[in-house]
Amino acid sequence: MFRPSNGMSRRRLIKTGMAGILATGVSPLIFSKGAWAQEFCNNPTGATVTFGLNLPLTGAYAEEGADEQKAYELAIKHLNGEGDGGLINVLKPTALKGNGILGKKVEYVTSDSQTLSDVARAGATRMIERDGAIMITGGSSSGEAIAVQSLCQEMGVIFMAGLTHSNDTTGKDKRRYGFRHFFNAYQSGIGLGPVLGKEYGNERRAYHLTADYTWGWTQQESIKNATEALGWETVQTVLTPLGAGDFSQFLTPVLNSGADVLILNHYGNDMVNSLTQAVQFGMRDRQANGKNFEIVTPLISELMAKGAGENVKGIFGTSNWHWALQDEGSQAFTRSFGAAYGSPPSQAAHTAYVQALLYADAVERAGTFYPPEVIKALEGHEFDGMGNGPTLYRAEDHQCMKSVLVVRGNENPTSQFDVLNVVQEVSREDSTYDPAMFGGDLGPAEPAPLCT
Amino acid sequence: MTTFMSRRDLILFFGFAAVVLLLPILAQPFGAAYPDLLQRFMIFGIFAIGFNILFGLTGYLSFGHAAFFGVGSYAAMWSFKLLSTNALPAIIFAVVIAGVFALAIGFVSLRRSGIYFSILTLAFAQMSYNLAYSVLTPITNGETGLRMAIADPRVLDRLFFEAPVAQPVPSLFGFSLSGWNGFFFSAIFLLATFFLAMRITNSPFGMMLKGIKSNQNRMNYTGFNTRPYTLTAFVISGMLAGLAGALLVVTDPLAGAERMRWTASGEVVLMTILGGVGTLVGPVLGAWIIKYFENIFSSFNDNILSAFFSFLPEGAREIAVTVSSKFVGDGWHLTLGLVFVLIVVFLPGGIMEGVRRIAARFSKADRDGTARERRLAPKAAE
Repeated sequence: MFRPSNGMSRRRLIKTGMAGILATGVSPLIFSKGAWAQEFCNNPTGATVTFGLNLPLTGAYAEEGADEQKAYELAIKHLNGEGDGGLINVLKPTALKGNGILGKKVEYVTSDSQTLSDVARAGATRMIERDGAIMITGGSSSGEAIAVQSLCQEMGVIFMAGLTHSNDTTGKDKRRYGFRHFFNAYQSGIGLGPVLGKEYGNERRAYHLTADYTWGWTQQESIKNATEALGWETVQTVLTPLGAGDFSQFLTPVLNSGADVLILNHYGNDMVNSLTQAVQFGMRDRQANGKNFEIVTPLISELMAKGAGENVKGIFGTSNWHWALQDEGSQAFTRSFGAAYGSPPSQAAHTAYVQALLYADAVERAGTFYPPEVIKALEGHEFDGMGNGPTLYRAEDHQCMKSVLVVRGNENPTSQFDVLNVVQEVSREDSTYDPAMFGGDLGPAEPAPLCT
Repeated sequence: MTTFMSRRDLILFFGFAAVVLLLPILAQPFGAAYPDLLQRFMIFGIFAIGFNILFGLTGYLSFGHAAFFGVGSYAAMWSFKLLSTNALPAIIFAVVIAGVFALAIGFVSLRRSGIYFSILTLAFAQMSYNLAYSVLTPITNGETGLRMAIADPRVLDRLFFEAPVAQPVPSLFGFSLSGWNGFFFSAIFLLATFFLAMRITNSPFGMMLKGIKSNQNRMNYTGFNTRPYTLTAFVISGMLAGLAGALLVVTDPLAGAERMRWTASGEVVLMTILGGVGTLVGPVLGAWIIKYFENIFSSFNDNILSAFFSFLPEGAREIAVTVSSKFVGDGWHLTLGLVFVLIVVFLPGGIMEGVRRIAARFSKADRDGTARERRLAPKAAE
């Protein structure tokens, strides 16, 4: 039994204790709120500002990562007023002056994400915590992009996604601090569907091989929906591990499955391997169900087409951008990139370069590096001249709305870079979709989290 | 024994604690003094100490410890998603689940010893990895990794607080556990683990494990059933791996399958061998060195190198940058491999043997040769 005369009662002790715990837990939140409106993660106070480039330099998407790095280095040169200025001269409207960002010279740090989500996050954290990066950008895998994007939201640092094509990046897993210029699997489906229908007819049986992560899943779903809308039948969908190297065990069952179209939802080195092996299995010379057997690669880039060589001839896919486009922006970028590195840029390089410029432009327009203001400047921003026609950074999901390219492997390449032909440019109106379709929640911009 | 700890152990523990807690200052000259890396130092220190309780004391080389690490991560993440953003239930849940998992795998694997045991654990770990990567994707979310979402149930939190609008993050009674808080939080667990390992090593149970390492047959012939001892060591070690996995999720809320891959299992073996098998401090040092290489060496690019070699004339600088760039950046594995080979060839007992040799050289004057000889004598093989 407790004795009320002897000091504190048990009840009183518990009450005070709980109150104490609550007070210490809650009060920092109250006092810090709004106290330093312009105090934020890695507020650049010196004469320079640092970009954090998170690039897959090893792993299945290493080649894209290397090309992105070249593009970022070029973009940073142009932002600092070195070189020929590249797309700064053609971006409309533009606030860029070619003297860095808000007068601060742009520098960069890099990290090898190894095409792995865990490593990408560790690298991004290092660049934010140790190297003081104001913005994180890059990546060539949607797994990485989604992992880093949610980290950036927690840290209060803007993430300008590199190449990421999963619907989830700006759908289910969208974040207020994450922005994507690249198109997505759903838009690939919109573009590719009608072309496939026209070329291969409405009675086809499709077999999917799919990279086993967020991008593969959503691309398979989108392409499956688009082809089934044409009247195609989906025979089977098989998931393959990322970076598998050897796909023969997955390709053998295709031959006896009764399918007459193989859809390869692979990217990077994986696609080079799976496509090459499929051709070596004689799939393109086969007849099935009385039709020619066909292979489709819904997302393809020049780097992969180059890697697959002869095997890519006549194969359909979609791209975000192509260096042979004739508009002023594309030509300016191809010229600058070619002069610097001696080869035309890939779509990965293009999206990386454009993202760096768009971030810089948004900061100039906002007049501050304070992330919530920069986010406001990017949301709903309408611009032109970057090679994809008039483009909108949609406020609801941070996805760029622009035209999408349907491409086909070139039958008669004139040079080693002339590997893809643009078959059709799908207009922005046609590739726009309802942002509510994929769900997800952007979360708040303010209060801006303070990284330590 | 009436004394709780020997004087020597007390000094070792407090020395270790001082180094760990002063790391934010001590790591400054090496460019490693940022929370994320120091958190990893703590977490992988725990992982390596736990692994050493099995490998260092009993001599059983498990090639599948990353499985327990990963299971701990997933368990902690599910606790965040279903129960509460508080770190304590997550850690308890993770340690229990990893313990149960270790009990099951250990029960089967420990029926064999030597290479067969290693292969069995490797097989189990690889199975777990494949399950997490492509079979149990509703639970693990595959390659994309499991994250917290605003819409998660979090039953306990919803009972007491309103549903938050912001992205949820792990916390400890309202304190955020990212950044330096996360470092000190993990440091407390590292010190506790170190203390536990120290007590186990010096206990009768620890002596029994060492006996198993030096000659298991002899132990059996004298009437001991060694299986329960090895199984206990295996489970403790698995639980510590689970604790490390949970802490990684607490400080960085993402649970991915790649941390269960065989390379991650191999990494903890490297850490232990690099630092010194069977020593207390060695595995922690090994973990720090490997994580340092992974995070710092891999970040050197050509710009940093040319700044480093800026004292050289133009042509020589180019050559120096080209040559050294092969060993840093994405080539950091090459440097780590070289360091590993050098250590294993010249210091078979790991870094701790080097430390002992240096200490012995300094104290040569006041100690007689036999004592030194005894301390340097290699441990009996299995």
